[in-house]
Amino acid sequence: MATLTLPVEEKKKSKINEQEALITGAEAIAIACKLANVDVVTAYPIRPYDTVMQYISQLVADGEMDCEYIVAEGEHSQFEIVKHASVCGARVFCGSSGVGWMYAMEALTVSPALRVPMVCMVGNRALDDPGAFGVEHNDALAVRDLGWLLTWVDSAQEALDTALIAYRVAEDRRIFVPLAISCDGAFLTHSQALVKIPAAELVKKFLPAYNRGDLLLHPDNVISVAPQANEDWVMEIRRQNYKVTEVACDVIREVYAEFEHTFGRKYGNPFFEEYMTEGADVVLLGMGTMSTPVKVAVRKLREEGKKVGFVRLRWFRPFAGPEIAKCLERFKAVGVIDRDFSFGSPDLSGVVATEVRSAMYSSSSTRPPVIGFIGGLGGREITVPDVETMTDIVFRAAKGKAQPLTQWFGLRE
Amino acid sequence: MTTSTFVDEKPTQNLEPFKGVKKVPHEEYYTSGHRTCQGCESAQIMKLMAKAAGPRTIVLGSTGCMYVANTSYYSTPWGVPWMHTQLGSSGSAALGAAAAFRVQMRKGAMKDEPINVIAFCGDGGGADMGLGAISATMCHPDYNLLILMYDNESYANTDIQISGASPYGVNTSFSTPGKVKRIMNHRWKKNMAPLIAVGHPTVKYVSTISTSYPLQAMNSVRKALSVGGPTFIHCLNPCPKGWDFDPVLSFQLGELAVNTGIFPLYEIENGKLKMYGKSKDIVNGRFKRLPVRDYLLKQGRFAHFIEEDIEYFQSKIDETWDKWLVPGIIPLQKDVEAE
Repeated sequence: MATLTLPVEEKKKSKINEQEALITGAEAIAIACKLANVDVVTAYPIRPYDTVMQYISQLVADGEMDCEYIVAEGEHSQFEIVKHASVCGARVFCGSSGVGWMYAMEALTVSPALRVPMVCMVGNRALDDPGAFGVEHNDALAVRDLGWLLTWVDSAQEALDTALIAYRVAEDRRIFVPLAISCDGAFLTHSQALVKIPAAELVKKFLPAYNRGDLLLHPDNVISVAPQANEDWVMEIRRQNYKVTEVACDVIREVYAEFEHTFGRKYGNPFFEEYMTEGADVVLLGMGTMSTPVKVAVRKLREEGKKVGFVRLRWFRPFAGPEIAKCLERFKAVGVIDRDFSFGSPDLSGVVATEVRSAMYSSSSTRPPVIGFIGGLGGREITVPDVETMTDIVFRAAKGKAQPLTQWFGLRE
Repeated sequence: MTTSTFVDEKPTQNLEPFKGVKKVPHEEYYTSGHRTCQGCESAQIMKLMAKAAGPRTIVLGSTGCMYVANTSYYSTPWGVPWMHTQLGSSGSAALGAAAAFRVQMRKGAMKDEPINVIAFCGDGGGADMGLGAISATMCHPDYNLLILMYDNESYANTDIQISGASPYGVNTSFSTPGKVKRIMNHRWKKNMAPLIAVGHPTVKYVSTISTSYPLQAMNSVRKALSVGGPTFIHCLNPCPKGWDFDPVLSFQLGELAVNTGIFPLYEIENGKLKMYGKSKDIVNGRFKRLPVRDYLLKQGRFAHFIEEDIEYFQSKIDETWDKWLVPGIIPLQKDVEAE
């Protein structure tokens, strides 16, 4: 794929047009939708994702964004409406949280095989019952086996940038599957930070128009989409989705490189961020906004002479298994912090710990011990002292002392 | 500058009615390739609907007979673009497609022209699972679309189970008469067209049609696609397999449903009700309703009915014509004592 190069004058101009604003993660994604010139947006209220739709509604009312803004009567319809709009050639945006996401499950299930590059925001929220507004990752993770691309961001800036990257990735004809950007409820959706907002003309250059090509549903293109296939063809069609996952890592790498080239903001390895891993004996690994307390704790522990680092996973699907294994095998032990659960799974661990162990088993020769921690459920904070204790446990594992493979943190017994 | 509009209408095609059977075009947009049963009236309305709409159309079909039996991989019968949609999603499908066309035409990404957006659903997809989404879609006056519910009065694709549009007392695989209970379905058929018309006052066109009156059915589709905004058509489709009758009787049963007063034919355009055919004659007293017995006993699904069941059924139908404020349509009754 050709790399985008901009004349020097244009680069200068774009820097001038770049604005900085104090906004929340949800607002950052709303602005990304405006910059991406999204055509159809569907909304339905559920906390905490829904603030993104409040911002978009305002952008439409103020004439800053031109789209069909439809308030659906439930999440199932919300996702079905954008699914069909996307098949009819529109760039779409949608989102949900917690049980709302689950209410849309049928629409979420059919979208990857229909090759619908919808981009969605999940404001991660604990699943009912009992009711809880706080963050948990099980909502977005529920679609992990269905062909969705899943990414977790940890700052408003990354939310905005990733939304632009998401359209470019999802609408790449080699991909053409739905993509969800996970933002931790409250910690990111409702927390303000200074965000650099890129110039519209640069975004236009970075993001070509959505072209559905011969898959477009339009009177000029007489096709039948998704007729009944049965055992005759279903396996071949599943294999097409499998092929997406084969190339997804390469496409994501390409798009991040182009992003860096266009906007000048660097994300390094797209799949995970390494924090103070150099010279570390052990590392912790997790997704989303837990990065803040973990990074604070890591800095503190480093000052105390404890050689610990942190790896923040950005992309869960595709799961860059070999790369992650190669990164983690440098350390004597790994502690995975899951803000989710997977009841009855091997070692009764969280989802991420299980995936990391699986990746290590096939792609690492050294296979350091992987200790699973489950914490921060329902929006409970993961504290700095929590992280310090986790680190001690991982150090003990590194020294060959057997540790329980799954431990719950911040739990009242 | 602020703009405030009441309804942002977009022009539709003006599809003139076919002036007689001989004026109907020869072109078919629903042809061979489907695997529906002999005598299937649901397939018949697909054919009539596509013919009436013409080539500048897309069709979104929710799960049901007209998906599973109708549209198989590599043998699609559709001559216009067609897409499967989920069982409860006909409303959302039509809304999404109409919104996509509208915005792309506005932004210049697509040629600006009227495109017919039709979503169909069965009675299971329409009267049961998809009712919420249809209702929501009917509240969006700025999108031009048609939702057509083909009603074979059961989940006919999954082994014939009762739906919200199945008739009282019917024998289906979920309501089989047994040793103790003869009647397992105590629900009365959902009154779909008035439900849409009365519940969604901005909808400009709602009608009931029958494949036994094909010209009128096609012209109803053409009008629904011409008036603008969301529209709804309820079509009754006799089903040889589900209703248990000889396929040769399909057409006749469609007529009997109308002539017994069980399924009145009418359209509601901009709030004005117009009965037509025999239904109009019933209202005007020019035609005496045939006994429901003539209709029920031709079908195996009512074979377990004893005399009192038939009488009950007849009394309920009589009530719709004799007591309802709008006979056959609106089930409100005048409070005689208050008068």
